[in-house]
This record gives sequence, C-alpha cells and structure tokens, in this order.
Amino acid sequence: MAKYLLRRFIQLVVVTAIISVLVFLLVHLLPGDPTTIILGANDTAHNRAVLLKQLGLNKPLVQQYFIWLRSVLHGNLGQSYLNHQPVTQILAEGWPIDLELIIISQILAFAVAIPLALLTSRKPNGTVDNVSTTGTFGMLALPPFVIAPVMVAVFAVGLHWFPATGYVPFTQDPATNLHDMILPSLAITAGSIAVYYRLFRSDLISTLQEDFITMARSKGLSSRWIMWRHAFRPSSFSLLAAAGVNIGALIAGTFIVEYLFALDGLGFSLVNAVQQRDYLVVQGITLVIAVVYVLLQFIIDFFFTVVDPRVTRE
Amino acid sequence: MPDDRELTDTRSSSRLLSDQVPGLAAVDELVVSRQIEALDSADILVRKPLGLLFWLAAGWVGLVVILAILANVLPLPNPDFQNYSAINAGPSLHHLLGTDDLGRDLLSRLIYGARVSLIVGFVGVAIGLAVGGTLGLISGYKGGRLDLSLNAASFVLLAFPAIVAVIAIVAFWGSSLWKITLILGVAVIPLLYRVVRASSLSFANRDFVIAARTLGAKSSRIVFREILPNVVPVAVTFGLISVAGVIVIEGSLAFLGLSVPLPTPSWGNMIAEGSADGNLQTNPYIMLWPVVSMFLLLLSINLIGDRFRQRYDIREGLL
Repeated sequence: MAKYLLRRFIQLVVVTAIISVLVFLLVHLLPGDPTTIILGANDTAHNRAVLLKQLGLNKPLVQQYFIWLRSVLHGNLGQSYLNHQPVTQILAEGWPIDLELIIISQILAFAVAIPLALLTSRKPNGTVDNVSTTGTFGMLALPPFVIAPVMVAVFAVGLHWFPATGYVPFTQDPATNLHDMILPSLAITAGSIAVYYRLFRSDLISTLQEDFITMARSKGLSSRWIMWRHAFRPSSFSLLAAAGVNIGALIAGTFIVEYLFALDGLGFSLVNAVQQRDYLVVQGITLVIAVVYVLLQFIIDFFFTVVDPRVTRE
Repeated sequence: MPDDRELTDTRSSSRLLSDQVPGLAAVDELVVSRQIEALDSADILVRKPLGLLFWLAAGWVGLVVILAILANVLPLPNPDFQNYSAINAGPSLHHLLGTDDLGRDLLSRLIYGARVSLIVGFVGVAIGLAVGGTLGLISGYKGGRLDLSLNAASFVLLAFPAIVAVIAIVAFWGSSLWKITLILGVAVIPLLYRVVRASSLSFANRDFVIAARTLGAKSSRIVFREILPNVVPVAVTFGLISVAGVIVIEGSLAFLGLSVPLPTPSWGNMIAEGSADGNLQTNPYIMLWPVVSMFLLLLSINLIGDRFRQRYDIREGLL
C-alpha cells in the first residue's frame, strides 16, 4: 500500500509541475500582453519597456518561470492591477463560499441518491425504480445555468421563500447563512444526484446477482443486513470514483451560482478578473483551483485503498 | 469478509486495467466490456425497436437543427432589431414567443441562438473525434511507446478541471464562435482518445485482425478498414454524450458572459439576460424559452445516446 501511495504521490508531483508550467505559459504564450491593459492610454514605447522590465517580462522565458515559481512557493501570487489587492487575499476571502456550496450540495446529493438507490435496486424495473430512473435522467439535462434561474424565479421571486442574492458569513450568523445558501446549493445538486444514483443503482443491481449475496440470503440474513453489510461496499467503488470526477462539474456549477446569486466566491472573482483582463488574478485562481483539484483526486485515491484494497495490488 | 472480495474480483477485474486513475477506470471498463455478441446476426434480428421516445427526441433535435440552418430564410425579424413599440410584449401573432426588454423578437433570438449551441457542440466534438479518435485508433492498435506516452498525456490533461482551463484560455485568447468551438473541441480530445483507444485495443488482437495481418495488409489498412468500423458505435455513442457535455460548457460560459460576445444571441446569454435584475419579475419568458429549449435539447441528445448505448451494449460509466 505504501508503494501504491508513493507511486500516486510521484504522479501527483509530476501533474502539479506540468499544471504550473501550463498556467505560467497561459499568460506568456497566448496573444494579449498584460502591459497593453495596464498602460491603457499611457502606452508608449518607453513606458512599455520600463514596465516590461519592472514585471520581469524581458528575461528569458525559462528564467521567468523559475522566478515566478519561486514567488508562488513563497505564497506570493502577485496582485490585481486594478485595486492592487494581493491574489492570495482574494483567494482567502473567496474559498469558504465555494467550500460551503460544495459541501452542502454533496451532502444533499448523497442523502438523496444513496437511500433511493438502495430502495430501487431491490426491485429493478418496479414502479419506484422506473419513476426514479426517469427522474434522474431528466436531472442530467438540468445543468446549473438552466435550473438555477428557474429556482430563483419560482422560490425567490415568486414565493419569496429565499433571498435571490445576499451572503452572510457562516461564522457571523449561521442560520441566515444557511438560509441564503440553500438555493444556490440546491441548484448545483441535481446533476450530482443523477450521476450518483444511476451509478450506485446499476452497481448494486449487479452486486445483488453475485453468489455471495445468494449465499447470505440462503443463510436467512435480513434484507437490510444484506444491503448494508454485504452489497454496499462492493457497489460503492464507482460511486467514489464518480464523486472525484464530479468535483470538476461542481467547480463549473459554483461559478454559475456565484455569478447568479452575487456570491463573492472564487468563481465570481475569476469571471470578473477575466472580464477586466486582470491577468495575474486569472492566473493565480486558475493555478490554485487546478492544484486543489489534483490534490482532491489524490485524497480520493487514498480513500480507494481503504474501501477497495485490491487497487494496491500489482 | 475476505470471501466477498474474492467473489467480486471477477466483475471488477477489468477495472485493474487502468490502475492509474480510479475515475477513469470506469471509462476503460465500460468500453472493454462491450461484447461482440451484440454484433452477432441473431441479436441484430431481435433488436428492440427504438421506441416512441427516441423518435420524439430525434424529432426535437432535427427540428432545432433545421430551424437553425434555415434561420436566414424563415420569415423572422432580425434577432437584434429593437422594436421600442413592443417592449416585453407577451406572445402574439406578430411575436409568437413575445419580445424581450429591448423589444427584440424572442423566437428569432431563440432560433439564431440555437446556432451557437449546435455549432459548438457538433463541430467541437467532430474536432475532438477527428483528432482524439484517430490517435486513439492508432495508439490502441499499435501499442508500444507511442501508446504509453499518449496515454500518459491524456491522464495529465484529464487531471486538469476542463472548465477552469477553458475559462483561462478564453480570457487570454478571446471568445469568437470559432475560437470557442476550437477550444472546446480540443478540450474533449483526451476523453474521446481514451474511449476510442480502449475500444481499438479490444479489437487489436481479434482473429479477423490477425487474419488481415497474415494476408499482408498494411497497418493503415487494418486500422481504417478492419478496426475503425468496429469502433464506430462506441465513438458515436460517446460522441453524442460529449456533444451534450460541450453544449453545457458553452452554455455555462455564455451564461457567465465569456462565450460568443453580445449582441449575438445564444441560449446561454439569453438565459443570463432573462435572469438579470428586473427581467425575472417583469418578463420571465425571456429566461423561460431558452431554458425549456436547452433542457429538451440536452434531454434528447442524452436519450439518443442512451438508446445507442443500449443497442450496442456499451456499459454506462462516467463522463
């Protein structure tokens, strides 16, 4: 197991290194020069040369990369050219919102998908199963940018149950915070429910056809015991893998709801920075999100070694 | 319970094929598990009919495609024309779906907006299939160092959250229709590469391929005449699912104002305009029409893909 984790860790380091190069190159190889934006009307040859030197953009690319990497490793991601706010500060203020959205939506998704799959997989093609399977198939066609505006129209504008915008930090007022966050979290939950339910259901159905389940049944064990103790774990691998892959979709989802509900999270900051051509902010947020994403995949691989020890075998 | 584990081994043995990334294992598994029995003549004869839902779905996609192609010829007002005497008008004979807050005809914007989703979705995936599919075919059949390095590259690229990469590239490169199409087409290359490679790999050592090789056929002939036809069902099925995925990403970008710039209508930016302050209260139709159209389009594409998947017995997995 140590060997498996070590190998995964080496992969993690390699992937992270490649990501850092790609994110660095984004600013440098694609057309569009940060100096044009920063200088604006003062765009003269002299000013530009001074600024290029000041930003270190006149050095060879490889050297620039290592200078940049060094400062990143020291926790300096540069600053916004608009309001001179350090990128690290933008990140520090934004991440709790993204995290809260993702946690609430995932708790909801698992709380719906797992019991539903346990219920329907016992009688595949029964009425409950058909209704749930059709329903989740529909949910797959409801990405956040489609469902979120409808939810706002119905629950905020129409019924006034929830506010359409607004954010109070959890630490300040937990009740108000949760009330504000329910609608945005719900909006990114539909897709997760559908993916988790469909995978877990089909894995449960095939697990329930295995000999050891027949064996357990013939021993007279109760259905509930069989579902939870015998069928659950061997059916949960795809679910766990899906949870890892799904984080990518959730990132996109949080961007949408932050934009719609005016929540000042990372997605909101990123989109604003893109629209204002605030290059260093875009670069910094991209780098951090990509690295966190890779780290999460690594953590999920670690969980795999616990749930399914076979993955560590050669 | 050690016994349980031993017994489940048979089902999950193919999962070990890709020990690298558990999430991707499912992609390999479901393609490898595609059984050749599905192609046997007996099965073809007793195939289930596609069903009414399939034809409804195909009908909706067909309708959207035809309207989008014929948009210029249809008797529609200019989608950007602002009719100040008909602001926020409800559905009527003049404006079948009503007008928006600037007096623009919603039906016209909806039909012209469909072009963006359809072009980005279908052309993007065509680019992805042309590049990723070709690489996957060759890499799955040839194996060796080329396969190893392409495979590793695809893992690295898939480790990057696509939406963030796409947003970053759009930020630096711009967001015209063709740039967005190209960016999203490139973004689906690694996934389609993996799918086609796994399928190609499962045919590489089949008897008919060995027979062709023994007869002295060139590699290029084997890849394109022997393996390609067998890989097509998997490529088409995953291509369709990817079309839905790409349309979602483009829609998300458009919603965030990062796709094709205004005033060009797209369903994503229509939804964004419709859910902007005030419009939701005064005229929910602006948001409603593109939301319903997008939902039905994604539902239809998923449904068609699902029917293909059942027909060719490709196991459901992750995307």
